[in-house]
Amino acid sequence: MSSAISIDSVGKHFGTLTALDQVSFTVEPGEFFALLGPNGAGKTTLISILAGLTRPDSGHVRVMGHDVQRDFREARKRLGVVPQELVFDPFLSVRETLQFQSGYFGLTRNDAWIDELLFKLGLSDKAQANMRALSGGMKRRVMVAQALVHRPPVIVLDEPTAGVDVELRQSLWHFVRELNQAGHTIVLTTHYLEEAQELCSRIAMLKKGKLIALEDKTKLLAHSARREVALKLSAPLPDTLQQWPSRVEDDRIVLQLADIAELEQVLARLREAGVEVRELSVIETDLEDVFVKMMQGGN
Amino acid sequence: MQGFLTLLKKELVRFWKVSFQTVAAPVLTALLYQLIFAHAMASHIEVYAGVSYATFLIPGLAMMSMTQNAFANGSSSLIQSKITGNIVFLLLPPLTALDFFAAYLLAAIVRGLVVGLGVLVITAWFGLPWPAHPLWVLLFATLGCGALGALGVVAGIWAEKFDQLAAFQNFLIMPLTFLSGVFYSINSLPPFWKAVSHFNPVFYMIDGFRYGFFAQSDTDPWLALGVVGLSFIVISALALALIKSGYRLRH
Ligand SMILES: Nc1ncnc2c1ncn2[C@@H]1O[C@H](COP(=O)(O)OP(=O)(O)OP(=O)(O)O)[C@@H](O)[C@H]1O
Ligand SMILES: [Mg+2]
Repeated sequence: MSSAISIDSVGKHFGTLTALDQVSFTVEPGEFFALLGPNGAGKTTLISILAGLTRPDSGHVRVMGHDVQRDFREARKRLGVVPQELVFDPFLSVRETLQFQSGYFGLTRNDAWIDELLFKLGLSDKAQANMRALSGGMKRRVMVAQALVHRPPVIVLDEPTAGVDVELRQSLWHFVRELNQAGHTIVLTTHYLEEAQELCSRIAMLKKGKLIALEDKTKLLAHSARREVALKLSAPLPDTLQQWPSRVEDDRIVLQLADIAELEQVLARLREAGVEVRELSVIETDLEDVFVKMMQGGN
Repeated sequence: MQGFLTLLKKELVRFWKVSFQTVAAPVLTALLYQLIFAHAMASHIEVYAGVSYATFLIPGLAMMSMTQNAFANGSSSLIQSKITGNIVFLLLPPLTALDFFAAYLLAAIVRGLVVGLGVLVITAWFGLPWPAHPLWVLLFATLGCGALGALGVVAGIWAEKFDQLAAFQNFLIMPLTFLSGVFYSINSLPPFWKAVSHFNPVFYMIDGFRYGFFAQSDTDPWLALGVVGLSFIVISALALALIKSGYRLRH
């Protein structure tokens, strides 16, 4: 079975700027995949190439085994993209927008699915409204619906939660998760790293057009594990722990742990020295730490 | 096929929703030209035997309005979509270059024909006869709208700003459509300008269209048909090639 998305040494220049530099990776069917990177890293450019909106200077991209240039009709039928920029057709109502979009994909009687999309995205009462009359967040939801009219097996969302309120963000993720559980492959970019951490199973990081990380989320987090324990003690740190890598933060002592099992040793030594633990909290690495570290590191 | 039909429908809905601007306005403009010129030139000699100047003017005005509006349809729709960015919704689906082109072209032809019919109906009381050759009338109307409709697609793809499109319209389309024998027979022109007119495809559109009504014309209608048909084919091929290459649509 072919990969949902396969990206093979893709390069793209805009004038002298290298937007993408020999990027290669694959996304397997059913994955929930995050594409992360700071502003200008090349995420949107990569997605545009995937969608056939931009042509790569070199390399090949396939969607479910279909080359996005040579075999563009088959590739596009299998792909749903929510573009980053907020765009809409001011001549149309919400329902017309979705009906026309269905038609472009060759679908005629699609109203049952359109109704379901409207419902799931909280747009049912806006179906007849003109696109101009919607708020920014609602327009964004219509764009999500537009990307899904043809029930594509591969769904790509380029910052779908930018400018969207908390409630919708949650209902949107709930819906996307449902789609993922139903077998759709999901790729998303976001600057809210908690979202990626919570939802995605595998993560790629781009920096200045280069792929600098590609890993399972758990491995990625474990790799750059920075596990620490913050303690508030009844007395200064005993001699037996003086050599332990540590620092003082506010009025707490933060000890670094290579892994969580070391906590036991720390506690044992404190007990031996008769020092009481008043407060204890374990600090776990999150994706944001990893991200910042990756982006700060040299190329 | 469904993709093409949907895009065609959207393009038709688009101009029809604002038909006051896209149909009524050009029909009114043509009526004003007709009133003013027919009055000013009332004492003018007959251009063709048995055809008054006022009558002579009608098919030319109709064809001029048709070509201008066929051009405007695709070009303004495309530039708007490009500038607002919603063209992306046409670039993501599996539409072929031919689906895309044919939809814009047909919508342009329909708009041109609707406007043309409007002009003919509203000016008919100046003495427009029933066409001597209805099929020629229809053929030249369709091909004329087709050629300029295809040119509108080219211009809409090429232009990146509204002023570029306006320049295209003011410096190419307007001169071509005005200096085409709408208001006169080119046989009344000095030899130099007469020769120049023979390089203007719109002249042949108008001349052939007039032949359909009066069975008289400045050139051989078959030559006119050849020129108009060839213009249509060449411009269409150019438009299709541009769309296929992704020129200014897919970066
Ligand atoms: N059409 C274009 N012409 C010129 N440069 C471009 C074009 N599109 C993108 N770029 C440049 O390519 C680089 C990558 O842009 P891209 O939009 O892919 O970044 P991104 O990772 O999506 O960023 P963001 O998080 O801000 O959306 C940027 O430096 C951008 O300025
Ligand atoms: Mg982006």
